[in-house]
Amino acid sequence: MLASTTAVPVLDVTGIHKQFPGVKALTDAGLRLYPGEVHTLMGQNGAGKSTLIKVLTGVYQPERGAIRLAGEAIAPRSTQHAQELGISTVYQEVNLCPNLSVAENIFIGRYPRRFGMIDWRRMRRDAAELLTRLQVNIDVSKPLASYPLAIQQMVAIARALSISAKVLILDEPTSSLDEAEVQLLFSVLRSLRDGGMAILFVTHFIDQTYAISDRITVMRNGEREGEYLCGDLSRLALVNKMIGVAADTQEQAPTCMAQGAAAGPTFLRTRALARRGVLQPLDLEVKQGELLGLAGLLGSGRTETARLLFGADKADSGAIEIDGARRSFATPRDAIAHGIGFCSEDRKHEGAILDLSVRENLILALQARQGLLRAIPLRRQQELATHYVKQLGIKTASIETPIGTLSGGNQQKVLLARWLATRPKLMILDEPTRGIDVRAKQEIMDYVTKLCRKGMSILFISSELPEVLRVSDRIVVMRDRKACGEYQRGELDDSAVLHVIAGEGSQ
Amino acid sequence: MIVKENPPLAIQPAAHRPLLAQAFAHPLFRPVAALAVLLLIDFLLIPGFFRLEIKDGHLYGSLVDIVNRAAPLMLAAIGMTLVIATRGIDISVGAVVALSGTVASMLIGGTMVMQDGVPVYVADTPMLVALAAAMGAALLCGLWNGALVAGLGLQPIVATLILMVAGRGLAQLLTDGQIVTVYYQPFFFLGSGYLLGLPFALFVVAAVFVVTALLLRHTALGLFIQAVGINPTAARLAGIRTAALIVFVYVFAAACAGMAGLMISSNVKSADANNAGLMLELDAILAVTLGGTSLAGGKFSLAGSIIGALIIQTLTYTIYSLGVPPEVNMVVKAVVVFLVCISQSDQFKSLWKRRAA
Repeated sequence: MLASTTAVPVLDVTGIHKQFPGVKALTDAGLRLYPGEVHTLMGQNGAGKSTLIKVLTGVYQPERGAIRLAGEAIAPRSTQHAQELGISTVYQEVNLCPNLSVAENIFIGRYPRRFGMIDWRRMRRDAAELLTRLQVNIDVSKPLASYPLAIQQMVAIARALSISAKVLILDEPTSSLDEAEVQLLFSVLRSLRDGGMAILFVTHFIDQTYAISDRITVMRNGEREGEYLCGDLSRLALVNKMIGVAADTQEQAPTCMAQGAAAGPTFLRTRALARRGVLQPLDLEVKQGELLGLAGLLGSGRTETARLLFGADKADSGAIEIDGARRSFATPRDAIAHGIGFCSEDRKHEGAILDLSVRENLILALQARQGLLRAIPLRRQQELATHYVKQLGIKTASIETPIGTLSGGNQQKVLLARWLATRPKLMILDEPTRGIDVRAKQEIMDYVTKLCRKGMSILFISSELPEVLRVSDRIVVMRDRKACGEYQRGELDDSAVLHVIAGEGSQ
Repeated sequence: MIVKENPPLAIQPAAHRPLLAQAFAHPLFRPVAALAVLLLIDFLLIPGFFRLEIKDGHLYGSLVDIVNRAAPLMLAAIGMTLVIATRGIDISVGAVVALSGTVASMLIGGTMVMQDGVPVYVADTPMLVALAAAMGAALLCGLWNGALVAGLGLQPIVATLILMVAGRGLAQLLTDGQIVTVYYQPFFFLGSGYLLGLPFALFVVAAVFVVTALLLRHTALGLFIQAVGINPTAARLAGIRTAALIVFVYVFAAACAGMAGLMISSNVKSADANNAGLMLELDAILAVTLGGTSLAGGKFSLAGSIIGALIIQTLTYTIYSLGVPPEVNMVVKAVVVFLVCISQSDQFKSLWKRRAA
């Protein structure tokens, strides 16, 4: 099956450079796709996967580098142009028209015509035929929206195929599918592969990578880390290459152990908490005064767990217990009322209110909990703001400066202070140190561990394993939307945790 | 990847800046300047524009006239400001005006009875009951809008479009499309009465403005409205009841519109379901925009909206006084809107800067 090492790649991408203002997104990135292969592109968030895909599909034009399709140099100018050249893409969010029929969606813009009129009969027949090839038998005259997401994705694939694609790119196609739907998708991909198509599959699910791929390209920091045959690369090695642990451990900052504090009674416990397509039933326990680390790759269910615990999303099933009593959180308000705070990983969209001042941002959660009518007196607001600006070392011209003008690290500190002002019993920190400099990172972590020793429980989520290992009293590792292991401090080291994350620990 | 920390933007303490620069930077500078320019034009072109005189204990003059006529618009603009600050819009204001005026007028009606040989008009329904019913209808309208926007997640313009059509339709249905005349003296006081020598309508507007301003200042309402308008997701995650807040602003806007409706119908001593408050929502939106509140939501200025309403009324007054044919009124208004919108456009600003550079 992998005789293609001697074959000619259908798509050969080399030396791609792409720069955005202030950020080098791709440096010397490359990719080779062979016909009759499923090739998986892997990498952490920010590794450059999406940028590379966008270069291939004409969304971005690279500054340097060559793209050769079937031996010919091409330079896709737009998604449409890339499609005409033979590179079709199916995105995570199906970007078809839900109100049009399945058949119309497949042939939109290329309706078959007869005497200058649209030949509806032929369009429906062709559409049904295409879908049958994908093992999908549905009424193609019904609107797309009447079918589940998995079928919609099949329709998107059918559309891609009907444009006679040589290369099919699937960008995170499985992130909103359930297990059975994933299997359906995979069987279709296999039959397409056996038909000679080159398929590029982008995902961050390790199990799925090994279930479907023939070849894997790993990206890290905007570069091609390497290309491997699937059978040659162990899961551990894959995770190692994605994360680049060897490099990361060196930057390990001075330790700040949160140890010593004997874990108190259980504060929060979940019983089979789940949400379809987001999180498999999860049992989690957070003790009082404990710093619990949630480790795992992006999409493993870490953030999803945090959102369910905070009431930002609603669970389909299972229960949350606070101090032993069953609670259900329909909105963040409910969780806040029970002493939970949540710093989202998406600071800009889910945290900071950019036009408002540091002071206003800082007192927002406290004010919201007190209610609309009991306004915090301005004097008290200023005291609180000044207090936390000093405590956390927030660099700002004044407490009346709009938070949007602060640097990322300082914004993060303000948001942390927003929750600390409510004196939470459990603080959920989702990637609190993402995108901020080393010093601010260290300051935030120091402060957090100090709070923990004072009795606050902390649920700490981070992609940076050394950090999680360093500060956590206990670590729960997540993989593919479920918890797959729980470890006390000291039970895991860098390589052991990689085993678990990669899914080899249990084997 | 390590993102470099930007040094915090150096902002000089306001006290160190020259007074003039401070004035220029004030968000109310542009609306106040626009109003001043209009008044200056009036001063130069219309003789005796600023003259005020007292006749029969009432203050008369062009200025009083402008402010008095702007009263319903100012009310509508106060309500619209809060809606717009939450990223919303309410285009059903005119319909609510028509509906509340209709309900009040129909209930009050008025019949002539002879009392000691003198004809006296009495209300069909006690006036307070009628006014309460009219306001109740307006509040229901607001609840409806709020429920569609916050509950069903409809786009505000679409949600309120429904009531814009249905509200006026209902008013026309109630009146059979006829004008309902009111014969009951006390009702007229609201729209054309005088208190302490000034039109009573102004006291209503002032009261609503002061109450709203106090509410914004002494509760967390202003903060929450801004937070929801700037970043609804973050506001919800911070624990703000975003849905309840959105329902509130639509109810509040409808209450303002309801009061404006009572005022208008009291002023003309009748209810005209076809024409009362027609296009008032557009003037209200314009007033809010002229006042410097962005339609994108977030930061808002209540005082700005009042000034915006005054600009619109002054403009209308100027056009009429100068003998410009009324048909030109709309065009002139359009030009003003265009200029204001352009001055708020970021693209235009950067274009301007590039040319200047």
